[in-house]
Parts: sequence; structure tokens; C-alpha cells
Amino acid sequence: METQVARLGLMLSSGTLLPAKERAKEVEVVFESEKKLWLSGNEAIALGAWEAGITVASGYPGTPSTEIMGNFNTYDGVYAEWAPNEKVGLEVAIGASFTGARALATMKHVGLNVAADPLFTSAYTGVRGGLVILTADDPEMHSSQNEQDNRNYAFAAKMPMLEPSDPAEAKSMIGRAIALSEELDTPVLFRITTRIAHVKGVVEKGEQVEVPQTSIEKVPAKLVMLPGNARVRRKYVEERMAKAREIAETLPENHIEPGTGKRGFIAAGTSYNYVKEAFPEAPVLKLGMVWPLPEKMIREFADTVEELIIVEELDPFLENHIKAMGIDCHGQDIIPTQGELNSFIVKKAVAPESIPELFEPLELPMRPPNMCAGCPHRGLFYGLSKMKNVFVSGDIGCYTLGFLPPLSAMDACVCMGASITMAHGMAKALGKESEGRLVSVLGDSTFLHSGITGLLNTVYNSSYATTIILDNRITAMTGHQNNPASGKSISGEPANQIDFEQLCTALGVKRVVVVNPNDVNATRKVLKEEIESPEPSVIISRAPCILLPEEIKRKKPVYYTRLDNCTGCTACVQMGCPAISWHPITPAEAVEKGYREKQKGYAEITEVQCNGCGQCAAVCKFEAITKREEN
Amino acid sequence: MKQSGNILFSGVGGQGILLASELTAYAQLAAGYDVKKSEVHGMAQRGGSVEAHLRYGERVYSPLIDPGCADILVAFEILEAVRYLPYLHKDSAVVVNTQKILPPAVALGKMTYPADILSELTSRNINVVAIDAFAIAEQVGELKTVNVAMVGAMSNFLAVDPAVFDSVIDNTIKEPFREVNKKAFEAGRAAVYAK
Repeated sequence: METQVARLGLMLSSGTLLPAKERAKEVEVVFESEKKLWLSGNEAIALGAWEAGITVASGYPGTPSTEIMGNFNTYDGVYAEWAPNEKVGLEVAIGASFTGARALATMKHVGLNVAADPLFTSAYTGVRGGLVILTADDPEMHSSQNEQDNRNYAFAAKMPMLEPSDPAEAKSMIGRAIALSEELDTPVLFRITTRIAHVKGVVEKGEQVEVPQTSIEKVPAKLVMLPGNARVRRKYVEERMAKAREIAETLPENHIEPGTGKRGFIAAGTSYNYVKEAFPEAPVLKLGMVWPLPEKMIREFADTVEELIIVEELDPFLENHIKAMGIDCHGQDIIPTQGELNSFIVKKAVAPESIPELFEPLELPMRPPNMCAGCPHRGLFYGLSKMKNVFVSGDIGCYTLGFLPPLSAMDACVCMGASITMAHGMAKALGKESEGRLVSVLGDSTFLHSGITGLLNTVYNSSYATTIILDNRITAMTGHQNNPASGKSISGEPANQIDFEQLCTALGVKRVVVVNPNDVNATRKVLKEEIESPEPSVIISRAPCILLPEEIKRKKPVYYTRLDNCTGCTACVQMGCPAISWHPITPAEAVEKGYREKQKGYAEITEVQCNGCGQCAAVCKFEAITKREEN
Repeated sequence: MKQSGNILFSGVGGQGILLASELTAYAQLAAGYDVKKSEVHGMAQRGGSVEAHLRYGERVYSPLIDPGCADILVAFEILEAVRYLPYLHKDSAVVVNTQKILPPAVALGKMTYPADILSELTSRNINVVAIDAFAIAEQVGELKTVNVAMVGAMSNFLAVDPAVFDSVIDNTIKEPFREVNKKAFEAGRAAVYAK
């Protein structure tokens, strides 16, 4: 066998490194000072939050923000939780702040869209305890459906925003954010990007400050946002932002780094790093606070340089506001506004003559991510892939990979929870024509995040699209966070578990069917019945994620191919399992192997990769796939 | 001792690339360098291409290696070595595991795995050291040590005392995996001498 394959997917999640907290000893090996740590941006933020006296944190998992909450949860004397969505998470943090506790809400960039409602009005109420709202943006869309630049939220919500450049700053700036929040009576937005969150660097450990006392205090004029009170607070918002602009002029996180040459740069976040690498001698105005901007400082800096260049990823946010000050500068005319930057791109944009010649990339087969071997979602999507007439309204999660060939069984995906509502909208627009042709698919965590109200709408407004809930007991895509369907809290302790059948029944769904997607043939039968039914129905496709530790422990017998029986029909290959490979053969080789001359190839299971789901055995009509019983 | 450098790790999700880059980072930190390392989580874990950038020096700002600037490429799979050709320069060293993992389009029979693809590197006079890390892992008795064998092979190109790696493994790898990982490191390191 020419292909040697590691047990994909399993090694990473069950890696042999000690957990971060138990790695205290590494300090002795790696650093002379025991205050130094080697942390990712997300680990550093968790440490910074603890040092700053934050005691309540809530959030929804989302790459690249996820590890903050899990890490914060390991500190003593704090409360951390996974909320069902970002709006809930932010509201929990706002409530905690109203008691005087310091609080943190974490989310990925698109999560802030979900939490935008409390975001905008919390700018009016302000805070009691310091409140940090963390948004993790994903330039380049490594793991996201869009590339929105959440600095625009700071402008729109009239809220200060800080942005660190590396893990060390990420840690210290959380303390600054809390201080600003309490001084200015406002939540503070904290923006990171993938190249902060998932970058590791050296971080200096500090001490925890005194944790503030909490209490119930009634201040309705500040906390009850009805028009009369809100108009008063509206004025305060402007006063506060004026004060924030003044503070920005002297904030240590905003500073000028002198240099030589005619060009001067303004940069924040990770873009600052690229400027420092590309033009180490040039003067730089580094902004740690990206909203509001220190106008005086920017003017002074602009006056000292011949050519001012704003280097920023995504939107020309700083550039537009600096241009609005009447300051001439370069920005999006030379710096790309799509995707991530690096120092090469910055150098190329500013001084193209300094760029060395590169080796050209080769055309190679791509290696996109795939559903794991043994993933229960595969069985469900295999069924859908056989229903070419049906439009599959999809959603956000591992199962979005059902879009990829050979399954190619997803026809739309916009945002969390939209699968159900889009299918309903399609049904209403299409009328009779679409009966039996519409289905929506979403995961357990996504359904709980923002699918419930959509399903309620489908029932209330009498639609018929079938909803499939892929219940694998975990938020898998972001790395196995517990959710209300897991029956476990963020710490793995027993928690109240949602009953999907009861929930759907209570919403008014009369047809609720549970299937095991690993039973491919039964699943296909249920899909046909329910999608054809003229009333709302829910299929709960229930089987645990194959990568859950308890599933890995519960070793199932693997399957192997009886090559003599393989007819080359490709039924199993069409499931797209990474453990199954197709081997093309010539007519002569076919004859030699005892196959029909016309047989174009044979399929083979790589046993070391097989996780024993048995889905392929169920679709093989020639008894070529058999369970390897353990001896 | 070289004052700064860039090490790029590439491979397929699940091969243990993040742990390999982590051990290397510890060793460089122990040697007194500032280090930054960049990873991408999320989609990459599902059997897709994975990369980790490691940069060391007196003071490192950018966590990303620029195209044309990788001094060492540690590739866990052949295709994933040549995919990163634009990151290499004429003096780069490429340590590649001779393992082949079929990308989906190849497994489905839609494309073929390119034959003799490493020649794309050697024909450009790039220093390529190919080792069978899978065989090494099998030999030491733990298939999961492919990544540490690769670190061992790569360590030949670093100005770091191999004893530092020993101590890093002692302090970061859980028992009972320490000894087998040390063996894998040594065998990986020796595999390069053998060439």
C-alpha cells in the first residue's frame, strides 16, 4: 500500500501536551524569569481578564474567539459560561456589570451582529462594573462566512474600542479596557483578529487587582432605557465620547515611535507588526485605541512626515476618519482592502522595487477540510444527496462541509439559524410548486442559537418545509464546546439538558421523528416521508460526534474491503469518507485482478482511518465491505 | 548563532503539526530568543491543509512568515511541501516526510497524485531532506510520534543543543509518552545524518 495514513482527526484533539494550567513547569525550562509565560492571544486575554478583576464572563463559541472562555474558566473565583448565543452572552455580561462586577462577553465578528441590539443601548446605560465586549474578527475568512470589519461598530455604537498587536498587549489592554470602562461609564469594545487570537508570544504574568464588591442598586434613570431617560443618556454618550477623545491623546497605548525617512505610518493591531517588519527605521504612530481617534496626535505626526501612509486590514476605517480631519494620506489607494496583510504585502504596496522574485506556486490538488471519517452527518447528507429535486437550506457548522463534492448536498448558507427561515421564505414565494422539495438542515447548537424562533415562525405561519436538527450533542466545529443539548456545563459538570422532541412539540410541530443517521437506509426512508409531508415536520438526526472523547474510548470495530467482491460501482466512494480511496485500474490490471475487463477501478478502506460507523457497508450492494470483528 | 529565522510547518489536519511547532518554539525560547508563532484553528482541523508559522529573533513583530522567507520548511506530507514553494528561497532547507495522504479529489479518482513531485523543489536547487517519519514512528512503537520524529530531523538545521529538546519533552509531554517521544526525536535526528 503506497498510502500510509495517520489516524486523521484523532491525534490533534487527543494531543499529548499537558493542559495549559498544568504546564507551570515549562516556565522553568523555557524562561529564566518565572513571570514569563508563552501564551496565545486568547490565553493572554483570559489571564488579563482575571488579573483585571473580571469575575463574570459569557459568550458563544466562534473561531477565532473560542479559547478565551475555556481558559478564563480555569481561573479561581470566576464564573464563565457558554450562552446559547451572543445576544444572551452580552446581556448576561451587562447584567453582571449592573451589580458592580467586572464582566466580559466574547464572540466572533458575526456574533456581534447577533448581539448588536444590547450593544447599542448598553452604550446609553453605561456600566457599574467595567464591561469589555470582545469581538474576534477573521480577515481572510479562515473560518468565517464574511470578512466584516467590526471597528465600524465602535463608530456606530459610540463606544471606545481598543485593539492590541500581540498576546502581551492583549493581556495588558484588557486591564486598560476595564479602567476606561469604569472611568467613562461605558462598555468598551475590544477587537482582536485571527493573528492575535491564534498567535503565541511571550507574556508577562501580573497580579490580580482587588475584585470589586457587588450589590443591588436601583438607578432607574440610568438603567431603564425608555424615551425620557434615553434622551438624557443620549446627551451623556456625546459628552463621554468627547472625554474619550481627550483621553486618547495621552493614552500610553497611542504613541509615536520616532524614526527616519520621509515616510510615516499609522497602524494598529497586527498591521502595526507588518509595518515594523517592512520599514523598521520609519516613524510610526501606533494606535492601541482605534476609536475615538487622537486627532491632535495624528495632526502632529502628519506634520512631521512628508508622506503619511495608513496601513490597516479590511475597511479604510482609520483612513476615512483621518481624511475627514482634512489630512492627506495614502491608504486603500495602495494597501489591499480584502484579506489579511503581511509585511510582504505592505512592502510591495509601499516600495514595490524592494520586492525579491519569488518561486511561482504550482498547480496542485487542493486539500479542503472534510467531514471526518465516521461523522454521523455524512449519513444524513448522503440521503439528501440522493434527492436531487430537493433544495437544501443549510446553516453554520461542521455540516456546512456537506456542501463539498461528492455529497454536494447544500444549496444555501447565510448565517446562524437562517436555514429554517430561508426555507420558509422560499416556500411562501414558490407556493405549491415547492411542496416536497424544501428542507432545512442545522446543528443542535445552531438550532438553540437562533433556530428556535425560525421554527416557531414556520409553524405559526403554516409552512411545510422540513427541519432537520443534526443532534451530535456538542458544538463540534469550534472544538467541542458543551451546549444546552450536551447535558454538561462549560466545566463538564452535569447540567440541565434540552429535550428537542418536547421543545419542537411545544412549538406546535406535530411530526417529530428521530433517526440514527448511521443507519443510512432508514434515514433515507424518513427523509422521503417527512419532506413529502404537507405540514411542518422535524427530523432529529441523532448520533454523537465521532471525536467526542467517550466515543474515541468506545472503540468500534472497523470495516474492511473484500476486494474480490468490489465491482467498482463507487457507491461507497460517493459518500466522500476520507477513509475510502478509489484506485483506478487499466483493463489489463482488471483482468489480472479477476475483475470484469470493463471495471474501471476498485474502492478500498484505509482501516487505520476508519471509525466504524458502518455507513459505507450499508450502501454496498455486493458484500464488499465487512466489519472486522475484534479478536 | 543565527540571529533570527523563520520555520514553516505544513501538513494535513490531524498529523500533530501544532505540537511539533510548539516543541520547536519552546526550544527556541529556551535558547533565549523572542518567538512568535501563528496557527489557524477551525476549518483546518477537518483533514484540510494546516500550517504553522514560527519566527524567532531578538525581537519579533510579525507572526507571519513572508513569501520567499522560510529558512526551514518542515512538511509532514509531500504535496504539502511543494504547495509552499512560494515561501521558499534558494537557501531554504526542506525537511519532508515521505508520507502521502490523498486529497479528496484524488481519493475520489477525479485527479491523480502528482508523481515525483519533490523534483519541483530539487530542480530549483533547494536542499530537500526526505525522511520516512511514519516508519520511524512505527519503529519506536507509537504512530503518534511522527511529529516529534520530524522535529528531530529538523533540529539538525537549528543552532540549538539537542539536549534542550530533551528537557522540553520532559517538561511538556505527559507520561507515559516521554520516553517514546525522546526515542522518536533521536531517530528523526539520526535519519538526516544517515542521508
